[in-house]
Amino acid sequence: MADSCPYYRGLQILTDVCVGCSHCMRSCPTKALRVSGGKARLHLDWCIECSRCYQVCEHRAIKVMDDDFGNIFNYKYRILLVPMLFFSQFGDGIPQKTITDIIGDLGFTEVRAVEQGCDLVAEKLNEYIPDSTVRPVISTYCPSVIRLIQVRFPSLIMNLSPYIPPLEVTAQYVKRKYENAGIPSEEVGIFYVTPCVAKIASIKAPVGGYTTPVTGCINMDLLHDKVLLKYKRKDFKENGIKVSLEVSRNGMRWSTTRGEKHAMKKYINAMAIDGIGHVMEILEKTENDELDGVDFLELRACDESCSGGILVRGNRFQITADMHRKSESLPDKIPMLNEYRELCGDSMLLGKVEPRDVKRYGPDIDLAIKKMETVRKLRAELPGIDCGSCGAPSCEALAEDVVNGERTIENCIFMQLKYEKSGSLKVKNVVDIMEKIWGKKYDS
Amino acid sequence: MTLQFNVEGGDFARAGYASSQIKKILKEIGVDPDVIKHVVVALYEAEVNIVAHAYHGVITADIEKEGIRIVLDDAGPGIPDIPRAMERGYSTASPEVREMGFGAGMGLPNMKDNTDSLDIESVVGKGTKVTMYNKFE
Repeated sequence: MADSCPYYRGLQILTDVCVGCSHCMRSCPTKALRVSGGKARLHLDWCIECSRCYQVCEHRAIKVMDDDFGNIFNYKYRILLVPMLFFSQFGDGIPQKTITDIIGDLGFTEVRAVEQGCDLVAEKLNEYIPDSTVRPVISTYCPSVIRLIQVRFPSLIMNLSPYIPPLEVTAQYVKRKYENAGIPSEEVGIFYVTPCVAKIASIKAPVGGYTTPVTGCINMDLLHDKVLLKYKRKDFKENGIKVSLEVSRNGMRWSTTRGEKHAMKKYINAMAIDGIGHVMEILEKTENDELDGVDFLELRACDESCSGGILVRGNRFQITADMHRKSESLPDKIPMLNEYRELCGDSMLLGKVEPRDVKRYGPDIDLAIKKMETVRKLRAELPGIDCGSCGAPSCEALAEDVVNGERTIENCIFMQLKYEKSGSLKVKNVVDIMEKIWGKKYDS
Repeated sequence: MTLQFNVEGGDFARAGYASSQIKKILKEIGVDPDVIKHVVVALYEAEVNIVAHAYHGVITADIEKEGIRIVLDDAGPGIPDIPRAMERGYSTASPEVREMGFGAGMGLPNMKDNTDSLDIESVVGKGTKVTMYNKFE
């Protein structure tokens, strides 16, 4: 299952560091992880890049992929799209002007707030939602939520907003601005500072028929550390970096929980949910048609939305509070909204989003029903305590793996006891089975 | 594949259990999401009907290659006038049930809209048997 997957891999398990402790397996909301050979293994088709596994890994065995920072110098014009939460990581400790000077010193020629695109997205959504025949409309802001819908809730693909997220609007604006100035596109590099893995994946492998103008990603933790280091060492000079950090009140709040909800007109009944477990709960309800009267769903995979991204340094609650405080003195709209409308207004559509590998038991329904029946029978035999000793996250997952030929029922320690008692399994066999799953965790 | 669920009258907290279990299975065997939506909506309505009106009932679902047949057999007051019950907005639900957000008189019409065939047999004072069928293709 490892390399056959066409989806971009934002997270990588470092097999030499992984001890196969199974903490990640138990935390995965889509049950995409197993343990075998003493290492965690990821089923890429089911991964939605929510990064729960990364958060719970005590051994730092999960690595976030990143682009080489040096790549920025392949371009004459090096534009950095920064989420405003980047600045809130430093609290009041370092002035914004100093941070942008350091970003210039690192090699960028322009820095721009990624939330500038929010006002235009809000405009489009406020027009679209009241006329939409499908309710609730689901935001396309969080890429992990889009992937979750593709993998687990394909019937809700039709509920997704048809518009690209603000990041893509801002990126288009930059691209067109440089085009209009007569600068060849190969001289322009647009880099996005990402707070999470899902955004990396959304740029490397965009969903829908959309092609992103974003050249590459800079991981937020990496940039934070580079900036902080230069600041502490006073190792930077003032420079001519072009700075455009104008954002509206809605723009500043957008990446926080209820950010989109606040940007909706009063007549739109919007609901905001953060945290992957809560998001799954509400998607189940939506799928069952149990959400009467809700027009719009703002869904974010991370607790506290983007402030809770795994690449964000600092405390997510403090960062959110800081952004809310800053937002209060900001204007309703960005000053260059007209220019945004002109440059991006006609190219805001995301394109068709396809479901991803939902047929767990293959394309033939007849065969799938038979497999499902076997799963139910096995499931009834298994103890139901979801101990994870078999290397699968639950008894149900083991039953499914057995039916799909990926594991055997003897992987269950309770079944082992049963077979030992009846004499069909020897202690030596049991040891072999357990070593195959967990590796040799003990001597002799 | 055959599945069976018991439903108790008045137990609104459990109303929707059978539909969510069946939804999960249909999703896993790869049934068209649109079909699943119809099945779940119809079954949920029918489940709520048992909870709201009957004393108890049994739901039996048969899943085959071509489609799903669901039979909901309850012991309850029965429906005196089935054509009238099929009218939109007609309801016999008690004020208590309405207060919980149910009983808008959309149950049976909604079930009809979401199934390929719907059959209702009822004996007043004994109970009601609803048979619904949804094709997979």
